Amino acid sequence: MNARSGPFAGIADALAQVGACGLFGLQVLAALPASLRHWRESVRQIWFTGAMSLVIIMTCGLFVGMVLGLQLYYVLSIFGGTAALGTVVSLSLYRELGPVVTALLFAGRAGTSITAEIGLMRATDQLDAMEMMAVDPIAYVAAPRFLAGIIAMPLLACVFNALGIFGAHLVGVSWLGLDNGTFWSNMTSSVDVWKDVVNGVWKSVAFGAVVALIAVFQGYTTAPTSEGVAHATTRTVVFSSIVVLAIDFVMTAFLM
Amino acid sequence: MRVRGLRTVLGRKTIFDGVDVDIPRGKVTAIMGPSGCGKTTMLRHITGQRMPDAGRIEIDGANVPTLSRQALFDLREKIGYLFQNSALLTDYDVFENVAFPLRQHLRLPEDVLRNIVLTKLEAVGLRGAAALMPAELSGGMARRVALARAIIRDPMLILYDEPFVGLDPIALNQVLRMIRTLNDTLGVTSVLVAHEFSAVARVADLVYLLAGGKVVAQGTPEALRKDPSPWTRQFFGGEADGPVPFQYPARDYATDLGFSEAAR
Ligand SMILES: Nc1ncnc2c1ncn2[C@@H]1O[C@H](COP(=O)(O)OP(=O)(O)O)[C@@H](O)[C@H]1O
Ligand SMILES: [Mg+2]
Repeated sequence: MNARSGPFAGIADALAQVGACGLFGLQVLAALPASLRHWRESVRQIWFTGAMSLVIIMTCGLFVGMVLGLQLYYVLSIFGGTAALGTVVSLSLYRELGPVVTALLFAGRAGTSITAEIGLMRATDQLDAMEMMAVDPIAYVAAPRFLAGIIAMPLLACVFNALGIFGAHLVGVSWLGLDNGTFWSNMTSSVDVWKDVVNGVWKSVAFGAVVALIAVFQGYTTAPTSEGVAHATTRTVVFSSIVVLAIDFVMTAFLM
Repeated sequence: MRVRGLRTVLGRKTIFDGVDVDIPRGKVTAIMGPSGCGKTTMLRHITGQRMPDAGRIEIDGANVPTLSRQALFDLREKIGYLFQNSALLTDYDVFENVAFPLRQHLRLPEDVLRNIVLTKLEAVGLRGAAALMPAELSGGMARRVALARAIIRDPMLILYDEPFVGLDPIALNQVLRMIRTLNDTLGVTSVLVAHEFSAVARVADLVYLLAGGKVVAQGTPEALRKDPSPWTRQFFGGEADGPVPFQYPARDYATDLGFSEAAR
């Protein structure tokens, strides 16, 4: 009780949230088999979280790729190594930028709307109404959105990478006059499917799970007021960003 | 259904302090009381959405607070619950809202399901509104859709939380007749939470009046109307002063406004 009002109130509160979120995650995992009965809900959620995020993911992927193309071309030209542009761009996209930037965008685009939607369902008694109709809201509302996050994130990261490489190609080959064949052949010969591509996919699966879990949890436990929903939405973005970057460090250390 | 020695404390406020209520099978029982006296809380105890601090709530011999989650869900499949604020699912249109309990629990052919849903919507006078979204409904219409949803599976017990709020006189008559018909023809047990005595008196077989965490009066509507006790006189006469305080408990008014001796 005292920890809630002392100078460490923020830390105590955050730790309590982590614990509660972890327990909630277990509940969601336990409800996953039951949620397969509501597979239509899952499909609908993949559409909402995944397909609806495509535009922002594609635009950002393109621009990130173009910036990478410019910056790395400049750096590589100092060492006379501009032929490696394709390799360097695709490695940084597959291994880091793709999963991480996609996850941050995903938290902002899909995470916030999941939190706000579930928060409003809480505030308008819709979750209670489901309980009263003997439908478990964790299986019907939480689990399908969690599942959708896990499925949509890696796909979105792949789209992001593809557009990023296209953007770098646009800048490097079409604009700065790099040889098309060198760009592709250097890339394909030095990018490893398992070490680079698949490890990046694992990262994005983990990020998808974490962002979706945080978003669903924040919505589910929001205070049933408009202010409560607003706070919960903010917390989704803040917590997801921190946790994604922290997990990224840990996974990079282990997957290297 | 029996409630015995119910005690509930929410925050620092004691909502129930030893409440005993008997709800006879096949009858319409009304629970009345000033707003904030715990009527909604009582319904939430009955369905196990909120656990009391002490006391027993028996439905068909089972004590609700001790039931497992699965047993609670089985029980709730037999209970219709009308929420105070309707609580329609905003993602679905009126038809799908009413069909929701059927789709979740039964595998019915689409045309059978459609017939059941349209019959219930017709009963609340909203068959024509089947394709509307909840945001397009007025409060009274939403209330009637929620009512259709509550009775869609022909429950054995229906709990109505303030069913008359926001209804125009025509819809009110319709809903009153429906509550009565459900009871007379299907033998449903109904619990009605409300504070409009005139409407309640037309359907209820038995009325409980709650105030200050206790049952202060009970009996048939006629008996209560003639009851000379100050509780009933105040509540049904609508006077501000009496044993039921109109004011939420507060500090002395003069102190709050800064007029008292102590504040100078
Ligand atoms: N979650 C809660 N925490 C603390 N107090 C609550 C909570 N829910 C309701 N209350 C209090 O309980 C009392 C009864 O509420 P309720 O059952 O909704 O009253 P009503 O009879 O109007 O339906 C109110 O005074 C309200 O302030
Ligand atoms: Mg109420």
